[in-house]
Amino acid sequence: MAKFYTKEHEWVEVAGAQATVGISEHAAHELGDITYVELPKIGKSVKQFETLAAIESVKAASDIYSPVSGKVAEVNQALDAAPELVNQGAESQGWICRVEGVNEAELGALMDAAAYAEYLKGL
Amino acid sequence: MGYCPNTPDDIREMLAVIGAASVEELFAPIPEELRAKSFDLPPGMSELELMRLMREKAATCGAEITPFIGGGIYDHFIPAAVDHLASRAEFYTAYTPYQPECAQGTLQALYEYQSAICRLTGMEASNASLYDGGTAVAEAALMSLRITDRHKVVLDASVNPLHREIVTGYLHGLSAEAVLVAPDGCASDLARLMASIDNETAAVIVQSPNFFGSVQDFRELAQKAHDHEALLIVSCYPIALGLVASPGEMGADIAVGEGQSLGNHLSFGGPYFGFIATRKRFIRNLPGRIAGETIDHQGRRGFVLTLQAREQHIKRHKATSNICSNQSLCALRGLIFCASLGRKGFEELALLNYDKAQYAKSVLGAVRGVDLLNPGATFNEFTLALPKDAAEVVQRLLDKGVAAGVPLGQYYPGMERALAVTVTEKRSKEEIDRLAALLEEVLWS
Amino acid sequence: MELIFEKSVSGRTGVRIPLSDVPKAAPLPEEVRRREPVRLPEVGELDLVRHYTNLSRRNFSVDTNFYPLGSCTMKYNTKVTENAGGLFASCHPMLALLPGGDKLVQGPLAVIYELERQLAEITGMEEVTTQPLAGAHGEMTGIMVIAAYHKSRGDRKRKYVIVPDSSHGTNPASAAMAGYEIVTVPTAPYGDMDLDLFRRAMNDEVAAVMLTCPNTLGLFNPHIAEICAIAHEGGALTYYDGANLNAILGKVRPGDVGFDVIHVNLHKTFGTPHGGGGPGSGPVGVRGDLVRFLPTPRVVRREDGSYGVEDHPEGIGRVSDFFGNFAIMARAYAYITLLGREGLIEVSEQAVLNANYMMARLKEEYELPFDQTCMHECVFSASRQVQNGVHAIDVAKYLIDRGFHPPTVYFPLNVKEAIMIEPTETESRQTMDAFIEVMLEAARMAREDPERLHRAPVTTPVGRLDETRAARMQQVCCE
Repeated sequence: MAKFYTKEHEWVEVAGAQATVGISEHAAHELGDITYVELPKIGKSVKQFETLAAIESVKAASDIYSPVSGKVAEVNQALDAAPELVNQGAESQGWICRVEGVNEAELGALMDAAAYAEYLKGL
Repeated sequence: MGYCPNTPDDIREMLAVIGAASVEELFAPIPEELRAKSFDLPPGMSELELMRLMREKAATCGAEITPFIGGGIYDHFIPAAVDHLASRAEFYTAYTPYQPECAQGTLQALYEYQSAICRLTGMEASNASLYDGGTAVAEAALMSLRITDRHKVVLDASVNPLHREIVTGYLHGLSAEAVLVAPDGCASDLARLMASIDNETAAVIVQSPNFFGSVQDFRELAQKAHDHEALLIVSCYPIALGLVASPGEMGADIAVGEGQSLGNHLSFGGPYFGFIATRKRFIRNLPGRIAGETIDHQGRRGFVLTLQAREQHIKRHKATSNICSNQSLCALRGLIFCASLGRKGFEELALLNYDKAQYAKSVLGAVRGVDLLNPGATFNEFTLALPKDAAEVVQRLLDKGVAAGVPLGQYYPGMERALAVTVTEKRSKEEIDRLAALLEEVLWS
Repeated sequence: MELIFEKSVSGRTGVRIPLSDVPKAAPLPEEVRRREPVRLPEVGELDLVRHYTNLSRRNFSVDTNFYPLGSCTMKYNTKVTENAGGLFASCHPMLALLPGGDKLVQGPLAVIYELERQLAEITGMEEVTTQPLAGAHGEMTGIMVIAAYHKSRGDRKRKYVIVPDSSHGTNPASAAMAGYEIVTVPTAPYGDMDLDLFRRAMNDEVAAVMLTCPNTLGLFNPHIAEICAIAHEGGALTYYDGANLNAILGKVRPGDVGFDVIHVNLHKTFGTPHGGGGPGSGPVGVRGDLVRFLPTPRVVRREDGSYGVEDHPEGIGRVSDFFGNFAIMARAYAYITLLGREGLIEVSEQAVLNANYMMARLKEEYELPFDQTCMHECVFSASRQVQNGVHAIDVAKYLIDRGFHPPTVYFPLNVKEAIMIEPTETESRQTMDAFIEVMLEAARMAREDPERLHRAPVTTPVGRLDETRAARMQQVCCE
């Protein structure tokens, strides 16, 4: 399965109608030690690029925007007790939530890994 | 003179380093047409003249009046150590402890303050203080909106009317609603409060003791609020907490209040401090600064301002509140006051207030034509029904050197004959007896 | 150091509570009675005094250390004004709200009235309220006044407040508390809010624009009158954040420039102590047609020369319990009275001179992103030091080891690695020279021994603290 990225540094991995969402390794590094992830409520409906969750480090707070539209089906509860999981693996065990009812056509508005790597070089 | 130490020689040499011909030249970036059109102030004066002037102002500030007034602000004894320690310039001329290594004094004091507030209120997490009692109640209301994602609070009208006005103003800006529930006489109308809570309610806000002095059990109200996933906010009077069940014991989710009675002078309205404390699970929704414990690289314990990502300097318009400062020095006074009295002294002080007020109730209630309006328990404040207009009676008693209480008509239409009387530990039996005699005289002669 | 709670010994007492002179009352009913006494520390008075005296020694303060904290105006607080502020300690504010009570408190009412007049003259506004309890509280009050103004005109479509990206976080936060959405305008390369972008952001849905002047970089914005004119043309009001008023006393009055609403921070410009983070005081001034929206109550001067307290029916209501942080206001009144017209002008002149001297002496070693005459503060960047792995925070911590409170770092946000220095007028050239030497030494050290800077501070009771751990553990009170 391939990951797709937003300009705001979220990633999404789609399997059928379900997508897993998180922030990129780059974003986690920029934020520094993550101290808190405000997880979305299960059942929340979200549109592509709208605010989904929020994340905090000691000196910064950022919104996390949803890379795809859909409904929040599951959240990574482990982040409540261990927000550092995002630092340890932003694109693996540090995933934020799963969204269902996803329309794959929306992925066209995102970057694939290679395009995102190029995008980061330009920052 | 502005306490500016540079001599003419210093100034000349500094200008040479800068490369400017005159101090005025440094103001050249300000276009001529924007210069001040007026600056009409008198010339300065000496310290001696200033203190003469200030003493003159301070001479008419009601010092000769024996106060039986409260209304949220109380005339309590302040141990000498409070003034002495809080007057240490290392405390009062420091700023916000943004550089924790050289601000451990303030930070540890705030952590101790937070600990004392948690113990007083029966809560698990306190911030480092808010502006005052009224804004603290308002901040608690906003906090409940954030936690529940709802837009309505149920507000008991026996909450301090000055505080209510502030709450209403804060909610108005956010298009949130306060549903006001009238009291049942001098008691909170618990049945109507409970009936007003629904699934849209963010919180129900009550006060203990309430503005009439009544102390009530809010446990059932807390249960009812929780059944609707709403919060219970209890505004409390810290001295009463030596004797009266704490908000925590009553099942509250947020405890707030005016901290003045903890070691802060009356000072014609401030500075005081507001306190706010909550359950640990709501800590991120607290407004304002919070001191937290941590360690340095050698494992030594130290304190920092923590969870700052909630605050305006990081989150800007998405912050939990716009508040930037806390009332650090006033909170420090509160802490030193609590530590001076200690576990035993604090309880004794509360008991003394209670006993004196109970005595005052008995002698004032015995004055011809005067009735007690509180249906149940009170702490150090209670409400009398007078046979005449209370505002007139108070005015006549002021002429005799006594502030007999707060006439309630201005806050509660229909209660023009009601008078809220406060008796702190500072009022002697003799003063209480004199109030009773004067009241009798004003009412009947 | 142990906590006061850790020094507690069961049964020990400090203060003695007086014996009761009234009969013992029947106990409070059980259902409303506290079950256990409050677990407050049990210490003797000497334990208590030593504890807090020793704690105080773990602080830097203006009276012990140079404190050039940019945007905070940490000037010396004169002792006589401290004495003056303490004179009203026993005055109960409720007296003023009792029927006939105002005649008993003429002194403090006069102080409020006269302070409001002084501040109105200093800022060029029509009238002032002293009710707001701090700068941010003043901002919120001011924006509420602006909201009331638009509402009174039936103008309900205005839902935005414009702020520059360099503004204090309180500006957008306060406007949001008053119900507005925020539009942020970036800073132009010349160091001020981008005039063209501002013009484009302005429309008939904007309620207000909030600015400081001098701006957060310590620069006087030459377009300030134009910005006010553009805002007014679009029907918006202009808000002046008085954080930086110390630079322009007697030189510029926000009211003359075209500002409609202002707040001032008494703890900055008017010499009241910062108290370890408060209490502050944030009076708000307004132009003539906005006076009716100021909070209730108002202190008034009657024809017979006496002072009274009046309701203000069209106002935004009450924003604090009584008249504001009175004992702080009394100190500011004493300060203004003590300095007088010439003294206040000297404040600004010397504050600006000191800042420019600092800027001139440090710019060889530290990057100065906006190299022009500054007002009361100057903003450097540690960008050159970063090339050696040394950041603004490392310079700041080294200064602590050398006995100086660090400048503000990492603010304003539009300068990377910002180091913001505000010496204030009360510091001597010699003190500044000593500070400058250490700053230059830090710059040298950044090249030669960056490790030393990374280790700093080493002279304090604790070293650099683990803030991530604090935020994750959330230990905010002792068990």
